[in-house]
Amino acid sequence: MSVAAEKKRRGGFFKREFGDPERRTAYYMVLPALLIIMIVAFFPIMYAVVLSLTDSTVVQTGPFVGVQNYVEMFQNPDFLEGLSNTVVFTVVSVALEFLIGLAIALAINQAFKGRGLVRAAILVPWAFPTVISAVMWRLMFQDQVGVINYVVNTLGIISQPILSDRTLLLIAAIGVDVWKTTPFMALLLLAGLQTISSDVYEAARVDGANIMQRFFRITLPLLKGTILVAVLFRTLDSYRIFDLFWAMSNRELESLSTFVYKSVRVSQLLFAQGNAASVFIFVTSFLLALFFIYGLGMQTSTED
Amino acid sequence: MASATAAKGGAGKGTLGAVLFYVFLTIFVLVSTFPLIWIFKMSIITRSELFRSPPTLLPANPTGSEYAQIFGDAAFQQALINSVIISGVTTVICLFFGAIAAYAIARLRFGFKGIIMTLILAISFFPGVAIIAPLFIQFSTFGIIDTLASVIITDVVFALPLTVWLLVAFFRELPRDLEEAAKVDGATTVQAFRKVIVPLAAPGVFTTAILTFIFAWNEFLFATTFLLTPQTQPVTVVIPNFASQYTTDYGAQAAAAVVVTVPLVIMVLIFQRRIVSGLTAGAVKG
Repeated sequence: MSVAAEKKRRGGFFKREFGDPERRTAYYMVLPALLIIMIVAFFPIMYAVVLSLTDSTVVQTGPFVGVQNYVEMFQNPDFLEGLSNTVVFTVVSVALEFLIGLAIALAINQAFKGRGLVRAAILVPWAFPTVISAVMWRLMFQDQVGVINYVVNTLGIISQPILSDRTLLLIAAIGVDVWKTTPFMALLLLAGLQTISSDVYEAARVDGANIMQRFFRITLPLLKGTILVAVLFRTLDSYRIFDLFWAMSNRELESLSTFVYKSVRVSQLLFAQGNAASVFIFVTSFLLALFFIYGLGMQTSTED
Repeated sequence: MASATAAKGGAGKGTLGAVLFYVFLTIFVLVSTFPLIWIFKMSIITRSELFRSPPTLLPANPTGSEYAQIFGDAAFQQALINSVIISGVTTVICLFFGAIAAYAIARLRFGFKGIIMTLILAISFFPGVAIIAPLFIQFSTFGIIDTLASVIITDVVFALPLTVWLLVAFFRELPRDLEEAAKVDGATTVQAFRKVIVPLAAPGVFTTAILTFIFAWNEFLFATTFLLTPQTQPVTVVIPNFASQYTTDYGAQAAAAVVVTVPLVIMVLIFQRRIVSGLTAGAVKG
């Protein structure tokens, strides 16, 4: 945008931005989208911050209490269980999805018969509503009619019904998430792989690089941008997991999001604490995104 | 993708490699599609067969009675209608606001472009659950709790980054000369957009519409928070409740799950190329 920078030096910035008809048209065109985002997302998060610092209920805003809600929240065993489940779920599922997804992407990054079928198989789990896939898997985990419960019990891997044990439920939830989103991860990584020119590999091969060297020296570095985008999106998605936990268990598998939902919507007795948890999720998500963008050097440029 | 074969072994490595490769693919396709196939089987078998142990692999005598039951259920019919309305209206509104914003970002020059694009994209990092409490209060104040409008509003906001991102990518690919020509011929910016860009961008807009529709169809959190009665709830809210309502009626749950996912599966199969190009548009260039 060197032309814009040049103009900026010459004239008054605001006069240039809002005086020129074409620029004015541009602002009118982005305004509706911006306004609705401001009103429906940014204003409410500010409101949540206010609510979290007061002794409020769903019907009235109470007196200012400082960080008391946050202190109580960190002493609440349900919140701590939700936090630990969410962290375990996020780390394990994203790591598995990345590793398996990368393996699949590398394997299918070539011409072969049946490519269309594989692509369809990739998209089928992705297209399902998460709650519905949770209901489906729950039917298969169920102790009377569930085929998976039958198989693992018959093989003697476990001896109790899957859905009655919270650790098994968490493992099952990770399994369902891996099933549902690994193909999507593979799809993104495959798209990244296809942008790497085969000339680079040819040159490396001529220079005598073996397959491991080619993978670690060429594929991984050139794929870094795609990997960061895919992993960041999946991390933030897993971190706010709600529907899967909610629909797979009888509302007892806790995550950060289910804690918020229960506090502000189901019982409403912990309304202020629920808002504190909301702000906690928002701030930690934001920090995670910043870490990926600045800490790991993710490219976010959208300029042409 | 012949060039890619050179990059990685696999099918090019002789018979054993090819066999292993196809075994791997078969396992992958089976694992991906198994739940839908199995749930479909569960939905068409008789109740006594459902509870048989060990479970049967193929249905002994298929029946459509579970489907007759759920399609006869007024609450389920209403939920399907609600889902269609929510997703349809969300898609139309999102495309309208998204397309004009995306056109400005892709084609026009203005100073705050970077900041505005960042603000819009930041929504895709935004945890929706963080604002359900404030929105619940605000929507109650405006009297739109338990109306489809509440969920359409939130769905539009959270689908906008996807819509804008995809449309910016598609608009940028269109040749700039055409609009310049239109403007030389005396068309305004708005006319150039309506008469030149929109028709040319139709395939991209269509892809965006599919992805936005799927996003809204699958949304659960806002729907379960703001919609309190079966008259307004979409299928994503009703089916998990179904699961507790008919606690042992597993066949009906399976049938309901099939009914909700089959349209998506058909859409995915028909439009798979477009969907893949849309989904990967951002990640690679980003």
